[in-house]
Amino acid sequence: MTDNAMQTEPQGRKLHMLMRVRGLVIKEFRQILRDPSSISIAFVMPVVLLLLFGYGVSLDAKHIKMGVVQQSPSVASADFASHFYRSEYFDASRYEDVPSAKEAMHQGTIQAVVILKSNFTQDFYSRPTAPVQLLVNGVNSNTANLINGYVQAAWQVWLSDYANKHGLTLTQPVQQLTRIWFNSEVNSSYFLVPGLIAIVMTLIGALLTALVVAREWERGTMEALLVTPVSIYEILFSKVFPYFVLGMGGMLLSLLMALYLFHVPLRGSLWILLLSSALFLWVALSMGILISTVGRTQFVAGQIAILVTFLPAFLLSGFIFDLHSTPLVIQMISHIVPAHYFVMLLQSEFLAGDIFWIILPNLLALLMMGIILTLVVLKKSHKRLD
Amino acid sequence: MSNSTTPLAVQSLNKCFVLPNRKIEALSDVSFELKPGRVTGLIGADGAGKTTLMRLIAGLLQYEEGEIRVLGLDVATQSLAVQSMIGYMPQQFGLYQDLTVRENLSLYADLQGVPEHTRAERFEFLLSMMGMNAFYDRLAGNLSGGMKQKLGLACTLVKAPQLLLLDEPTVGVDPVSRRELWQIVYQLVEKEGMSVLLSTAYLDEAERCDDIKLLHEGKLLAEGPPKKFSEAMLQRTFLVSHPQLSKRDLKKQLDTLSMVKDALIFGDALRVLTQDSIDSTDVLSKALEKSSGMTGYQIEPVAPRFEDAFVDRLAVQEGEVAGGDSNQSAFSSTQLSSSQETAEQTTQGPAIQVKELVCKFGDFVAVDHLSFSVERGEIFGLLGANGAGKTTTFRMLCGLLPATSGHLEVVGLNLRHARAQARAKLGYMSQKFSLYGVMTVEQNLAFYSQVYGLKGKQRQERINWAVETFDLQEILSQNSHDLPLGFKQRLAMACALMHEPDILFLDEPTSGVDPLGRRDFWDKINALADQGVTIMVTTHFMEEAEYCDRMAIMASGSILSLGTPGEIKEQEGVSDMEEAFVRIVQSGKSRKAPDKEDTSDDEEEAS
Repeated sequence: MTDNAMQTEPQGRKLHMLMRVRGLVIKEFRQILRDPSSISIAFVMPVVLLLLFGYGVSLDAKHIKMGVVQQSPSVASADFASHFYRSEYFDASRYEDVPSAKEAMHQGTIQAVVILKSNFTQDFYSRPTAPVQLLVNGVNSNTANLINGYVQAAWQVWLSDYANKHGLTLTQPVQQLTRIWFNSEVNSSYFLVPGLIAIVMTLIGALLTALVVAREWERGTMEALLVTPVSIYEILFSKVFPYFVLGMGGMLLSLLMALYLFHVPLRGSLWILLLSSALFLWVALSMGILISTVGRTQFVAGQIAILVTFLPAFLLSGFIFDLHSTPLVIQMISHIVPAHYFVMLLQSEFLAGDIFWIILPNLLALLMMGIILTLVVLKKSHKRLD
Repeated sequence: MSNSTTPLAVQSLNKCFVLPNRKIEALSDVSFELKPGRVTGLIGADGAGKTTLMRLIAGLLQYEEGEIRVLGLDVATQSLAVQSMIGYMPQQFGLYQDLTVRENLSLYADLQGVPEHTRAERFEFLLSMMGMNAFYDRLAGNLSGGMKQKLGLACTLVKAPQLLLLDEPTVGVDPVSRRELWQIVYQLVEKEGMSVLLSTAYLDEAERCDDIKLLHEGKLLAEGPPKKFSEAMLQRTFLVSHPQLSKRDLKKQLDTLSMVKDALIFGDALRVLTQDSIDSTDVLSKALEKSSGMTGYQIEPVAPRFEDAFVDRLAVQEGEVAGGDSNQSAFSSTQLSSSQETAEQTTQGPAIQVKELVCKFGDFVAVDHLSFSVERGEIFGLLGANGAGKTTTFRMLCGLLPATSGHLEVVGLNLRHARAQARAKLGYMSQKFSLYGVMTVEQNLAFYSQVYGLKGKQRQERINWAVETFDLQEILSQNSHDLPLGFKQRLAMACALMHEPDILFLDEPTSGVDPLGRRDFWDKINALADQGVTIMVTTHFMEEAEYCDRMAIMASGSILSLGTPGEIKEQEGVSDMEEAFVRIVQSGKSRKAPDKEDTSDDEEEAS
């Protein structure tokens, strides 16, 4: 006993500190391995989310059910209509007259109707009146816009083809030539899958960490821990380190799935991707620890974590919904959501490449958040119950 | 001033907790010193401030005024140094359930900086002392309640501390494990010379300590060796019985005498504490004869206990026994209901009849061919160690769990066919008081009356009855979560009695309640039994077993002994219920397979 009390030279102290941290870290890893819920949040959840969003959710409009009505069939109108029958964007079916097509719209069997009016053949070229009418089901505004765009594009293409074939000159003031950058196939999984990495890391970093710390409070293990000569920094480190490893593991798993299952290109450098992931994970872990100092039951900690980390990461990060079209207030709020910066980094790294004027500000923002949150955590944590 | 050999010195310590709507003084002006190499008991009811004091000493809480020195070090400024010299076992010791016994020990060895090469020896020493060295690789979550407690103690001892703080180590632990824990503590003191501060709400444990600090409502009421307390009670404690009178009738007679401070049912007799010391038993018997006009009282002096001193002191403190007498009379004068008697007339026979009852969970036999019956108006106790099958039996009797086989009849209704009807005649009060914490007392009453299907005028009558009988008027608008334990217990009982049940089930009803609160509670239970309500009670508390008319001691799913408390003690040839219990359970265990003990009922521990 006395030799322990005497052992206050730096050497002995350091040794004891290493021993304590080692003990706590080993304990944490053992618990992770034995507790099915940690494993499933870290590894099963990412797989499920990636499969769900990669395959299940598609923001593209393909195979849209539509009706085509030719009010007075002619060679020209049949040629135009055939565009829809052949297109992979549409599943077009033929209706005899407008009322029956409208009826089908009401019943929901088709999403849109293209009506080639009786004056189509005479007027499509000289067009004193509109020869084509488009009715779209606007319930899902996103799909409605897409259909509108597709039909207009089809009309333009057909018109210029027709003009070429018949040696006519198309009098159009502006020639529209579209090229889609970064995601030339307009494949939404290219856009969703990188963003999902932010969600997965939020889950592991903030939600899981908040839950495991709250569990220690709930089961009384924290009280027993606090009375040992361990310092609060050692406790914090031994919580952060294992979940950092776990989070990076979840990130690598998501990365492999993105590259090899969904064939998302990685156009930037892997190192910058890893660096930004590590930075973001640090921020998420700090949030998780901070939440656990407020919510000392798993239920409360889980609720807070979902509310302040997971939902914002889902809705306000630009992962699904484009933030540029949201009201100014929402855009301003989105700037305090760490996932917002990380999603920008991810999408740029995967689809665009190392563009430094995007990467640098976003990395800096994450770094700032990490520093601020860490300072708050250190200030808020102490080795007492009150 | 204290020096570094004094294990603990507390100087005029004050601690308050500030809640949004009020301020609670947890400790006020507490000062004491601990003698080195001794076991000091910190005794007090729930809410007396024991845990707060323990946490303050361990450096887990901040205090406003005063000073705490552990081995000469100031806790406020040198908490890390203090924490490396003490061992602290919180009430709910944090074992990592998903780590094995060895892994738990290793973790604490790492945290306490125990050198690697000494560990194996230390672990072996501790575990063999606890009788657990066969369980190194078992997950802590799979240990029985008593073993978990012992492992918790082992974890705090991986590095022999100079001061050991144990916060209610024996709460919820059965008598056999309790004894073992005490033995271990004394062995440690002897072998390693440590000083121990141990808190407990069990007053009978006070006599096991070398020195006592008595804490009540945040104040240090008294201190000294246990003998000092009981000696003051000499010639004031007697056992009174009468061959023709029931013990409850006798208690009523005794309660009317002004010279009697306390009368408590104790087996077949009453344990009486007089106001002042009396020279001869004649004084008491004369007074009894005068007031009742009967003769033939048998009175013998008994040795005073610590509890007598506690009751004596508290009664002085509070002037009067916490209004107990007044509501007790209100209670007994209030009829439970008029329909009660008719119900009794229509259905005859025992209140509970159990024949060859079996309950299996997979291969595990939780209840093994149990047979007993309980008469109407009887108070029947069910005792047993953790995992003996008490809870399972209780759940089957309440119709919450189907029996695997056997016959089960409650108030003449077979639980196999008429479960819902039977349940309407049962009241249940659990140890954890199933109250809605965020609802007020009034809302809880309203809710339970509704749940039991009471309507309109009848419902209002029952609520009024509950408020009056249990003295709830003043606290009607308070949230039940914030109530003191004694009030929670009263409210829980009121809720359980809303629908005028024929049978009342009580699951460890008074654990943690101070002796006065416990007396108050049992007065109500006795009054209910007098009105024909059957009471079924489980308890760990041997004192409570004495209050029962009859009791059964269970182990490994079967009944080892059944009879009145007097019969059971006589059968084992001892005068102490705990001693009888330990003997019965241990002889029962030696007949069964020796490793049977570690099958705990995990539902109980799951929280």
